Amino acid sequence: MARMTMIEAVRSAMDVAMGRDDDVVVFGEDVGYFGGVFRCTQGLQAKYGKTRCFDTPINESGIVGTAIGMAAYGLKPCVEIQFADYMYPAYDQLTQEAARIRYRSNGDFTCPIVVRMPTGGGIFGGQTHSQSPEALFTHVCGLKVVVPSNPHDAKGLLIAAIEDPDPIMFLEPKRLYNGPFDGHHDRPVTPWSKHDLGEVPEGYFTIPIGKAVVRREGSAVTVIAYGTMVHVALAAAEDTGIDAEVIDLRSLLPLDLDAIVKSVAKTGRCVIVHEATLTSGFGGEIAALVQEHCFYHLEAPVMRVAGWDTPYPHAQEWDYFPGPARVGRALTDVMEA
Amino acid sequence: MVETGHLSLHVPEPAVRPGGQPDFSNVKIARAGAVPRPEVDAAAEDIRDLAYSIIRVLNRDGEAVGPWAGLLSDDDLRAGLRNMMTLRAFDARMLMAQRQGKTSFYMQHLGEEAVSCAFRKALKKGDMNFPTYRQAGLLIADDYPMVEMMNQIYSNESDPLRGRQLPIMYSSKEHGFFTISGNLATQYVQAVGWAMASAIKNDIRIAAAWIGDGSTAESDFHSALVFASTYRAPVVLNVVNNQWAISTFQGIARGGSGTFAARGLGFGIPALRVDGNDYLAVHAVACWAAERARRNLGPTLIEYVTYRVGAHSTSDDPSAYRPKTESEAWPLGDPVLRLKKHLILRGLWSEERHVQAEAEIMDEVIAAQRKAEEHGTMHAGGRPSVRDIFEGVYAEMPPHLRRQRQKAGY
Repeated sequence: MARMTMIEAVRSAMDVAMGRDDDVVVFGEDVGYFGGVFRCTQGLQAKYGKTRCFDTPINESGIVGTAIGMAAYGLKPCVEIQFADYMYPAYDQLTQEAARIRYRSNGDFTCPIVVRMPTGGGIFGGQTHSQSPEALFTHVCGLKVVVPSNPHDAKGLLIAAIEDPDPIMFLEPKRLYNGPFDGHHDRPVTPWSKHDLGEVPEGYFTIPIGKAVVRREGSAVTVIAYGTMVHVALAAAEDTGIDAEVIDLRSLLPLDLDAIVKSVAKTGRCVIVHEATLTSGFGGEIAALVQEHCFYHLEAPVMRVAGWDTPYPHAQEWDYFPGPARVGRALTDVMEA
Repeated sequence: MVETGHLSLHVPEPAVRPGGQPDFSNVKIARAGAVPRPEVDAAAEDIRDLAYSIIRVLNRDGEAVGPWAGLLSDDDLRAGLRNMMTLRAFDARMLMAQRQGKTSFYMQHLGEEAVSCAFRKALKKGDMNFPTYRQAGLLIADDYPMVEMMNQIYSNESDPLRGRQLPIMYSSKEHGFFTISGNLATQYVQAVGWAMASAIKNDIRIAAAWIGDGSTAESDFHSALVFASTYRAPVVLNVVNNQWAISTFQGIARGGSGTFAARGLGFGIPALRVDGNDYLAVHAVACWAAERARRNLGPTLIEYVTYRVGAHSTSDDPSAYRPKTESEAWPLGDPVLRLKKHLILRGLWSEERHVQAEAEIMDEVIAAQRKAEEHGTMHAGGRPSVRDIFEGVYAEMPPHLRRQRQKAGY
């Protein structure tokens, strides 16, 4: 075991995967010599050579499009989109191509690619460096969507994603890169070195995609979250003293419905939290599933806490970010309902 | 200050519209044999002229002339003619099948048969094409079974794609034919990626990308050229300029650049323009580009100048936007007739053998069609299972899809 930040964990995952399989290639904007703007690929080009880890032109549809071609050839590309906000030029390649190649060719061709992208806000990135577009991927049949919340999971999930035979959107909450940010932006930053989930095996291990985990057991209300919001939900439970059970989904698609149903059947209350905008967000899907599968267990309406339905503002970041106070209010409301 | 006045927007128009007299006098056509054949390691800037001329081998009399002639044996040439005739007969039967309601949709190649049939012969087993919907000659010329193509067109119980894809969107890894998307230009950059992978693995195989004149306007065309140029990918970048993107004439996509081939020059990619209705010229230029790729010299852009004689698809009516007689006025002629004339001139073929071959080929196509129809057509007989809707979205079916499949009753 070693102490790792989420950046180091993601890098270690790619290092392990590249070491085990010559077909794994890593590329993207600034990814090669420099090692990425968040340094996630630092050292990989020096270690594996510039035909296995390299810089690309600033062209996201080209990055994903060439990755699809490489996957059709038999490689396992793991590419980086510098910010999730820059994903849109590649959206056609992801939705119409990557997601459907296996289906439309009846398995004659497949598309085992991983598209990594830093997601979410909390770094004063404004509207073009803060977005959470996961629902734009969960709506696409054929893609899988993974969002880790800590270094340990990031590594195990990323190795599993690289080995997976289908295309995976791997969203890395950038505010978690250097520590378990719980939304209390006015408090000192906690580093991963002081957190249990900063302990990461140095070698090979995987975490199955599609399995959620309970981060805090509780009996009063189920909070369903992923990525940064897992830590915000935990803080909200502490701050309010409400005995919340916090589920970290880890994978949105496939979704661990059993874990959700089991918990809500126990608590009878459910709050869903995500940083992405509310309307047509993934929380709506979870809410629908909860009422469909847990209706007779529910003692209160299912609540959602999410980003406002506006672009991500710059100066007003902390009024936009669904922090522990807003989640705490929802917990209180759902307990009083 | 110079007085500049008010601005006005330029919207290009084709020379002639329905009711008018077809006019291709603006299409500059080089004499057959007139365009030089550079060494394959020539730099793009040294062969700029080739992006603005038209490489041709067959002259008006049917002779093969000039530096691009002489690559194909007598047997190759007869096989080429047979492939083009087969594709034409296949198209005729499948168009009719669509009109008879045996399938929902079809797209034919009439007038463009030389492009895909001749190109296939420049590739080797293991190379990979990323085709559009108008390159079925790649399959025909590689002896892919017609009955499999028809099973796909009919979406019947033997459809290799299980009824999931629109008719003619074939897929065959074995025959170097990447699954057709149906979206435009997306596969162009994928071909570059496949070629990059081959280079990364120090392989010997190359890729070929395909796009139409209209779709070169898509940003993926630019993406493909940037990546191909940057990494010197072993890929042949094909642009089939058949003059029409559904109802839109090629001037709308081309803008002021003169030719589509010229688009390659800004990327430092050698670019050639070729008579797409000349089987020998298409083959010679394709071989030149393939050799460049195999020798690790990088990509080549080829514009095939041809003409879409038929409608865009069975859902299109070209008489609404172009003169009915325009195809007859097309100055580069018919690829089948031109190769036939060449073979007859060389004493390798005759009118009698041609008529006989037409009959034989039609018999083969009809026999394949009968065999396919034993497995059903779009609206009658055997069809893919409802189960097939849910299979193959992922390698392993996730729980939510299992639940939905059960809901559907399977």
